[in-house]
Amino acid sequence: MNITVPTPQLRSTDTARVDLLLIADMVTRGARVLDIGCGDGLLLRLLADKHGVDGRGIELSQAGVNTCVAQGLSVIQGDADRDLIYYPDHAFDYVILSQTIQATHRPRLVLEQLLRIGRHVVISFPNFGHWRVRSELLFKGTMPRTDTLPERWYDTPNIHLCTIKDFVALCDDIGAKVERAVALNAYGYRLGVSMPFFMQNLFGQQAVFLLSR
Amino acid sequence: MNENPSTEAFASHSARLAQIANPKSEIVHYGDDDPLPLDCGVKLAPFSIAYQTYGTLNAAKTNAVLVCHALTGDQHVANEHPVTGKSGWWETMVGPGKPIDTNRYFVICPNVIGGCMGSTGPASTNPATGKPYGLDFPVITIRDMVRAQARLLDHLGIPHLLCVLGGSMGGMQVLEWAATYKDRVYAAVPIACAARHSSQNIAFHEVGRQAVMADPDWCQGRYIDEGKSPRKGLAVARMAAHITYLSDETLHRKFGRNLQDREKVTFGFDADFQVESYLRHQGVSFVDRFDANSYLYITRAMDYFDLAADHGGVLANAFTGTATRFCLVSFTSDWLFPTEESREVVHALNAVAANVSFVEIETDKGHDAFLLEEPELLATIGGFVSAAALKRGVALPGEGELP
Repeated sequence: MNITVPTPQLRSTDTARVDLLLIADMVTRGARVLDIGCGDGLLLRLLADKHGVDGRGIELSQAGVNTCVAQGLSVIQGDADRDLIYYPDHAFDYVILSQTIQATHRPRLVLEQLLRIGRHVVISFPNFGHWRVRSELLFKGTMPRTDTLPERWYDTPNIHLCTIKDFVALCDDIGAKVERAVALNAYGYRLGVSMPFFMQNLFGQQAVFLLSR
Repeated sequence: MNENPSTEAFASHSARLAQIANPKSEIVHYGDDDPLPLDCGVKLAPFSIAYQTYGTLNAAKTNAVLVCHALTGDQHVANEHPVTGKSGWWETMVGPGKPIDTNRYFVICPNVIGGCMGSTGPASTNPATGKPYGLDFPVITIRDMVRAQARLLDHLGIPHLLCVLGGSMGGMQVLEWAATYKDRVYAAVPIACAARHSSQNIAFHEVGRQAVMADPDWCQGRYIDEGKSPRKGLAVARMAAHITYLSDETLHRKFGRNLQDREKVTFGFDADFQVESYLRHQGVSFVDRFDANSYLYITRAMDYFDLAADHGGVLANAFTGTATRFCLVSFTSDWLFPTEESREVVHALNAVAANVSFVEIETDKGHDAFLLEEPELLATIGGFVSAAALKRGVALPGEGELP
C-alpha cells in the first residue's frame, strides 16, 4: 500500500490530525464504516469524498454531533464505553477509533467490542513510549506534556495512556490479529518499516493499527 | 374559571364547527366501498382526509415530504389558520427558504383520522344516524392514522416519501411509518417522541379526559346535538397538558412569581399570578379551535402506542431490514418525552445496523421546543433532509432536475 505523505496543511493545523489520511487509506472503497469519536466529522467527510464510504459516527460532544448531522453525516451522540453493546456482531467492515481509546474508562472492553462489531478495527493512539514523553518524566520529573498530549495531568481526558509495546501486548492478550501497524513521527511521517520495534516505540509519536479477529 | 362565552367565542365556535364538514383545505373522500380498516376491528367507511400541500411535486416524484402533526395540531403547517387567523404552527420549519424548503420539496400535511379539522373524527356525521358520531366513533390508533395517510399518498400518486417528519405525536407517526411502510420512507425525522407512551404520560392524559367528561356540558359525548360544548372541562385538560409541554425553567423565566395586574395577592382565587392567567388563556383559546371528543380519541391513540409490543416485545424488530435514514431529535429539558426515550429508539436502530443520527438539543424550553425558533433544531433538520435529498437526486431550488 502506498502511503501518501500528509500535506503540510494537514500537519500544521492542530485540528487536522495526521493519522486520518493513513486511516482513510486502510479502508476499502464502499466499505461499511463506523467512526467512534468522530468529532466534527473530518474523517467521515474524507471517507465520503475520497473513498465513497457512507459512514456512521458516534461522538460524545453534543456540539460535534450537531455539526455532523447538519452536514448530512449519520452521527449519534454516544460514548465508546457505554453504547457499543447495542450494535450487532459484524455490523461493519471497519470500526475506527482514532485518538480515543486512551480516553475510555475500560479500554480492554472497548477493544473487544470493536472487534465484535467490525470485521476490521482501525485504531490510532498517542504513543506514551515516545522519547519526548520519557525524557519529560525522566529529566523534568513532571507529567509529560507534548504536542500530541498538551493538557496538564489534572485536565487531560486521557486516563489510559499506553505505549505501542503495551498495546501490542493487549492485542496478544485478547487474541486480536495485528494486520498492520504504523508508527508516525512528530511530523506525521511514517517511520521506516526496517526500523526495529523498540525504535518505533521510542520514535513513534503516534501509532495506527489495523486489527482483525 | 369565570369564563362567559362571548359573542366572539360563539363566532369562533361556529367557525370551528364549519371546518368539520367543510374544511378550508384540500379534502379526499373515500366511499362505502373503500373503507379504512382500523386496529380495533372496525372498517371505517365512508371517511375523509383533509390536507394541505405546499410546493410542487417534481416529475420523478422524489421530493415529497410528509409532515405529521401533534395531538392538538392540524394540517395548517404553514398557512394562516382558518379558525384562529394565526400563522401556521410550524412556519419556523416549513416554507420557502426554510429548513423544509417548499421551493425544493413538495410538503403534505394531513389532518389525522379522529381529528376535527376535516378528517373524519368523532364530530363528523355518523352515516348510520345522521348525527355526529360522538362516542360511537371507533377508537383509533397511531397506526390507523398512518394507514389513512398512506391512502392519501396513494390518492396523490406518491409511491415514496423523501422524508416523514413530526414532533411529539407526529414523531410517533413517523416511527410507525418507518415500521409499517419501510419501502415508502427514504428518511425519517422523529422529534421529541418515544416508541411507547409512558405510564406518566398516560396518567396526564387521563387527567385531561376526566376533566372533559366531568363537565356537565359534555353530555356523555353528545354535546353537539345538545348545542353545548364542554368548554370548561376541555380548557382544564389543556391547562394541565400545557404544563407538561413546558419546563420548570421556562415557566420561571417567563412568569416567576409575578402578579397579574396587581400589587399584592388578593386572598382569593382570582388569577393572582401571571402563570395562572397565562394558563387560563391557553385553556380558553384552545377550546375555540378544538373538539372535546377529538381530544379524548387522540389522547387515547397516543396512550395505546407501543411499537415494541406490536413487534413481539422487541423494538428492534419493528425496524428489521430498514433502509430508511433516521434522524432523531430530543431536547434536554423535555420531561414529557425525555432524551432517554429517543435513545432507546436509537439503540433499537443500532441493533439492526440502521442508518441513524441522533441529536439532543440543549434548551430550557421543554417539550414545546420543537415548535419554536431553535437555531440548532432548524440547522440540524435542514442539513439532514437536504443531504437525504441530494442522495435522492432532488435538485436544489433554482436548479434543474438532476439526471
